[in-house]
Amino acid sequence: MYSLNNVSLEINQGEIFGLLGPNGAGKTTLISMLCGLIKPTSGHFTIDELNYRQHSRKIKKIIGVVPQEYALYPTLTARENLLYFGSMYGLKGSYLKDKVVETMDLLGLLKFADKPIETFSGGMKRRINLIAGILHNPKVLFLDEPTVGVDVQSRNAIIDYLKVLNQNGTTIIYTSHHLGEAEDFCTKIAILDRGRIFAQGTPKSLIASTTDARNLEDVFISLTGKDFRDGI
Amino acid sequence: MVYKIWMSVVKEFLLLKRDLGGLIILFVMPLVLVITVTLIQDSTFKTVSDSKIQILLVDNDKGSVSKTVFDNLEKSNLFSVVTQIDNKEITEEMAKEAVYKGKFQLAIVIPQNLSSDLQEKIDQNVAKIVSSMGLTDTTAVKEPQRIIKEKQVNLYFDPAVQMSFKNAVMSSIDKMISQIETKSIYTTFQNQLGEGTTQFEQKSFITFKEMIPKINNKEVRPNSVQHNVPAWTLFAIFFIVIPLSINIVKEKSQGTFVRLLTNPVSNLIVMIGKTITYLIICMIQFYMMVAVAIFLFPSIGLPPLNIEGHWVLMSIVALFSGFAAIGFGILLGTVASTQEQSAPFGATSVIILAAIGGVWVPVFAMPTIMQYIAKSSPMNWGLEAFYDVLLRSVSFVEIIPKIALLFLFFIITTSIALFYDKKKRTV
Repeated sequence: MYSLNNVSLEINQGEIFGLLGPNGAGKTTLISMLCGLIKPTSGHFTIDELNYRQHSRKIKKIIGVVPQEYALYPTLTARENLLYFGSMYGLKGSYLKDKVVETMDLLGLLKFADKPIETFSGGMKRRINLIAGILHNPKVLFLDEPTVGVDVQSRNAIIDYLKVLNQNGTTIIYTSHHLGEAEDFCTKIAILDRGRIFAQGTPKSLIASTTDARNLEDVFISLTGKDFRDGI
Repeated sequence: MVYKIWMSVVKEFLLLKRDLGGLIILFVMPLVLVITVTLIQDSTFKTVSDSKIQILLVDNDKGSVSKTVFDNLEKSNLFSVVTQIDNKEITEEMAKEAVYKGKFQLAIVIPQNLSSDLQEKIDQNVAKIVSSMGLTDTTAVKEPQRIIKEKQVNLYFDPAVQMSFKNAVMSSIDKMISQIETKSIYTTFQNQLGEGTTQFEQKSFITFKEMIPKINNKEVRPNSVQHNVPAWTLFAIFFIVIPLSINIVKEKSQGTFVRLLTNPVSNLIVMIGKTITYLIICMIQFYMMVAVAIFLFPSIGLPPLNIEGHWVLMSIVALFSGFAAIGFGILLGTVASTQEQSAPFGATSVIILAAIGGVWVPVFAMPTIMQYIAKSSPMNWGLEAFYDVLLRSVSFVEIIPKIALLFLFFIITTSIALFYDKKKRTV
């Protein structure tokens, strides 16, 4: 039994690629493999023509990852967190400090820069979580449910900022359970279930190819069914 | 790489600075521990005179032997002898009950007629010897000799009393009784042979003296502080396993560890950052404890720690002990999934390592199998290296094997942790 089976994907530069699927479909596993967190038992992938087996360190330099968890040190301030994670990408000095200030300002968090993360709301944490993954201007950005559990304002701020990043050339690979958000945001979508890709294409093409589908949610239900995916 | 390590160290210090509980564990608890234990251990040997142990003496003899026992016990400065409870003469039953209920730790019951029977027995024996040498009046009519049964001094101990205390008390009472017997024998011989004129030398012919090691022609007498401070400093250094393993487990549960794995930074650099931070903490702990032992101990009635001329080597041993403790902490933090696993396991394992390492009971006093096990405890390598430097005044070359073992332990545990983590992440 494998988490992923016969998954084949090609994501073009500049795309916003949505990986959608019910719980346990294999979205997080796929992203974890692409980020170098776990090793696949078979198969291969390349990012920006770099094979993960030979160039995992080079790949890590050009990708950014925004995990599902907040992945921040709660007792450190937002600035301390960002300076630390930025330095792990090799950024340093005034460039790093300015970059932290600039991105926090863009996401409306600059005045909270010196407050500990543990005092932040969920939406603020999500935005800091995002900044920690994009300080080094990655070519490819992986986002695992970046807007889960946040208020509408924070969600809009995150999505708007991601669109700006994408316009500046960052390829985005994103998972979400918000199908409406994915329909508006993504340029291409793949629907995964039980470790396999059931369909992929632009949101419009997927809706058009499914009988009686009015939106992405109809496509999703049509492909993955209405059964719960509870499992331990 | 250096910058990444530097930033990791800064981050670790910031995390520690914001964790008051962790700071207390790291700096205050070891000080409390070393002061408390040294005070207790020191009092066991030295200040008992300030608080004498009360013991019950049931005197059914009322003779010279019981009087000598009483006098010797009082003179020993260890005990205060109680012969009455509520103004009543103590009986064996009363003494037994009081001791078994824990009101007193020890009762000594001197049997009836001990003095007279002892004297009579000695008289009989001496008479036999003198007679066999033909020194007696052969015309004298021999009276039939009374058969004297052996006498027994009963000792009652509080069941809660430790074996070491029991053994020490029994040994000193045994010595006391032997001395009384010897003295009586000498006196009897003197009476039989010398008619009061010949004087036997009753002082011990064989004596012993502890030869104290000398450094620069100055005697360096080991005291409880010299023994306890290194032992408990080492114990405290190893307690770093708990905050360090919790730190690693927290990083995993917070997701920061996962983020770091996606960054172009190896797990080794992250661990080097932690190692440097916690090594600095180990050294601060060490210097704090040494400073307390030198400057604070004299003001609370303890002898000061004499570390004269050993600063550098002691620091080297502390540093390598820190390496061993950190390696163990990294391994534990990597293998444990929750703080509930790492904290109790860390605390218990450090206590076990200390126990088998000889912090409480010296290794030479352990059973043979435990002595072999002790030799495999990093706490034992560290402790022996500390003792080598502080009490045996050895050179750097002589401690190399021990500190090399401590460093090897660090390398092995850290390598296992890195390997385990890598394996675990392979689906």
